[in-house]
Amino acid sequence: MIPKKECIAMLLAGGEGRRMGFLTKELAKPAVPFGGKYRIIDFTLSNCANSGIYTVGVLTQYKPLVLNSHLGNGIPWDLDRKEGGVTILPPFVREKGGEWYRGTANAVYQNLFFIEQHNPCYVLVASGDHIYKMDYSLMIKYHQDKNADATIAAIKVPWKEASRFGVMHTEEDGRITDFAEKPQLPRSNLVSMGVYLFNRKLLTKYLRIDDINPLSENDFGRDVIPLMLQDGCRMFAYPFYGYWRDVGTVESLWEANMDLLAVEPELNLYDQNWRIYTVDPSQPPHYLADTACVEQSMVSEGCNIYGTVRRSVLFTGVQAGEGSLIEESVIMPYVRIGRNVQVRRAIIDEYTEVKDGCRIFNNSHAETPQIILVEENMIIQENSEINR
Amino acid sequence: MKNVMGVINVSKKSGDQLGLLAKHRCIASMPFGGKYRLIDFVLSGMANSGIQNVAVFTREKYGSLMNHLGSGKSWDLSRKQDGLIILPPHSLDGYVLPDFELNSYLAHKDFFDRSSQNTVVVASSNIVCNVSFRDAVRYHEEKGADITVFYSESLPGIAWPLRHNLALNDEGMVLNIVERTNQLLSARVLLEIYILSKPLLMELVEDSAQNRDAGLLTAGIIPNLHNLKVYAYALSRFSAVIDSVDLYYRHSMELLCRQTWEELFFIPGHVQTKFTDEPPARYLEGSAVCGSLLANGCTIAGTVKNSILFEGVKVGQGAYINNSIIMQKCEIGQGAVLDRVILDKDVYVSAGKVLMGDNSKPLVVEKRRIL
Repeated sequence: MIPKKECIAMLLAGGEGRRMGFLTKELAKPAVPFGGKYRIIDFTLSNCANSGIYTVGVLTQYKPLVLNSHLGNGIPWDLDRKEGGVTILPPFVREKGGEWYRGTANAVYQNLFFIEQHNPCYVLVASGDHIYKMDYSLMIKYHQDKNADATIAAIKVPWKEASRFGVMHTEEDGRITDFAEKPQLPRSNLVSMGVYLFNRKLLTKYLRIDDINPLSENDFGRDVIPLMLQDGCRMFAYPFYGYWRDVGTVESLWEANMDLLAVEPELNLYDQNWRIYTVDPSQPPHYLADTACVEQSMVSEGCNIYGTVRRSVLFTGVQAGEGSLIEESVIMPYVRIGRNVQVRRAIIDEYTEVKDGCRIFNNSHAETPQIILVEENMIIQENSEINR
Repeated sequence: MKNVMGVINVSKKSGDQLGLLAKHRCIASMPFGGKYRLIDFVLSGMANSGIQNVAVFTREKYGSLMNHLGSGKSWDLSRKQDGLIILPPHSLDGYVLPDFELNSYLAHKDFFDRSSQNTVVVASSNIVCNVSFRDAVRYHEEKGADITVFYSESLPGIAWPLRHNLALNDEGMVLNIVERTNQLLSARVLLEIYILSKPLLMELVEDSAQNRDAGLLTAGIIPNLHNLKVYAYALSRFSAVIDSVDLYYRHSMELLCRQTWEELFFIPGHVQTKFTDEPPARYLEGSAVCGSLLANGCTIAGTVKNSILFEGVKVGQGAYINNSIIMQKCEIGQGAVLDRVILDKDVYVSAGKVLMGDNSKPLVVEKRRIL
């Protein structure tokens, strides 16, 4: 059969984000809000659309409702297509019963029928919970140039962090000689970004082999990639030099938001040629009152601000009353902050109301402080104190 | 609302007073309120009220309008059944009526004939308001009216252009409609929004076309005030008719009040517009902004007071903007000073430049100028 498409994408979006506390109580990690108006998965979806990949399967499992309604029919990312477009792929029941996705590889394995239906040459497998801008079409080009069986996007991270990731060792031409998932003693600081490009036929073959291996954890990094390497597949590391974050914790989510406030942010959201798309919240321009003072911050539509905001990210529809001071904080969509409230180094989650005179305060001046997280949909009564 | 259709009239020649601002566009696609176009207000009102069949009559310079409206997706009006349709001007057998408004109805009679709805909401595109046509149609039905016309109460002390004033009886029935320049305190000023049945609309249009008279209002409604039941429906919240630079400026500035901002943009429904995917606005070190409205995509390093900034405006360090309206993608250089200025889209103001409008009239700068 002649391949119908060059490449389709399978996005892993079932992540629970266990280390993100209350932030993922009601939604999966890819649906966590980021950057003043986006949800994390917008980055991967926009990358697909901007790279010319218009068939995208989104594999969901953990609390998918927010994610599902965010994705809709894919209109915001131009992924509403007659052929392909965005398809949500949750686990489902078969004749002989159904089962949850056991691991990343198993999730794709259970949807092999979807891949076959679209019959592409290549399959891009990527996490839906990373923040980065990447042109996958260049990676496909690299993959073709190297005549590779599989290509893994790779980035250098600080040595002390390498053990959190899949660590690779490559030859000079980029061919991977060694791959270790989360090793205790990393041999290199070149790590996998969790973005894999496979030749379709080979992917199908190895996912089938992996599935019948009772010892496998059915994970790409842990099982499938090492197995392919062992079999002598031509696997290459595709070097990536831009901004990339896997925000696994409350602190790293806070930090990634703060990164956007740099004078020249590494992650440029204002690039007209590589837009990050998201769902339209239909809000008017934001309103700054006569008493407002906003510096070194990002403020989204629908906000109305009477107080002072410094080094903070304010999402869509946030209110902040007169006399309030918000510093180094991330205020999620539709949070209402009363008068004379102080917020410092905190993340306040969606729809929470902080009444007059509250102090949500972190005195720490450490470079990587512990961040106060206020849960979504809460009402914080007048003059409450939340300290750290 | 299944039985109600909408017509938005862009075909009246009303852009004359807008000077440079209307040079490249029809009045319906005039930017307003930091991210909207004038047509968004009545169009969103119709869509939010559940009107599923909306026609837009155009006359000239409607390129930017078509680009803005697209398939109607932003208003949820991209439908298999009905939805949004743009009806460009065309004359019947080369014969053009003196008034384009009536010509549009006659030329597109087919559209009315094949539409299943029996009640029509007709609205002019240059009215800024947020209105529930659901409530208005209910009022129309309860009164058993032949025609319902909209009005708002005027504010005193403003130099108004010529407007139609309504005289009503206690029931809200219209007794008289007269044109006036000087508005009395709480005069009832007619807004060109009407509700009537489709057959009546066609009848009025055909009759007045034979009389070769002016528009629907002057040729169709006013002469028939005494043989039809014409009722008036009040818009109690913010509303404005934009047909001059002066009014454009004044009504824009009225949005810099939190209450008006809320009334216009949120109540009873959200105003929808074409989505542009701009990231949130960025405030850099040294920015000082107050009493202003800013859209997404702006980058601010200077001072902005009492102004409206549309999407993607850049304000350099030390720049000072006061009492001004800056449209999409303008760039204001370092240390530039702007007071009482309206910059159309894509204007570049170089560093140190000073632009001042005078007290009676804001200074208008044409699209894509480099100063």
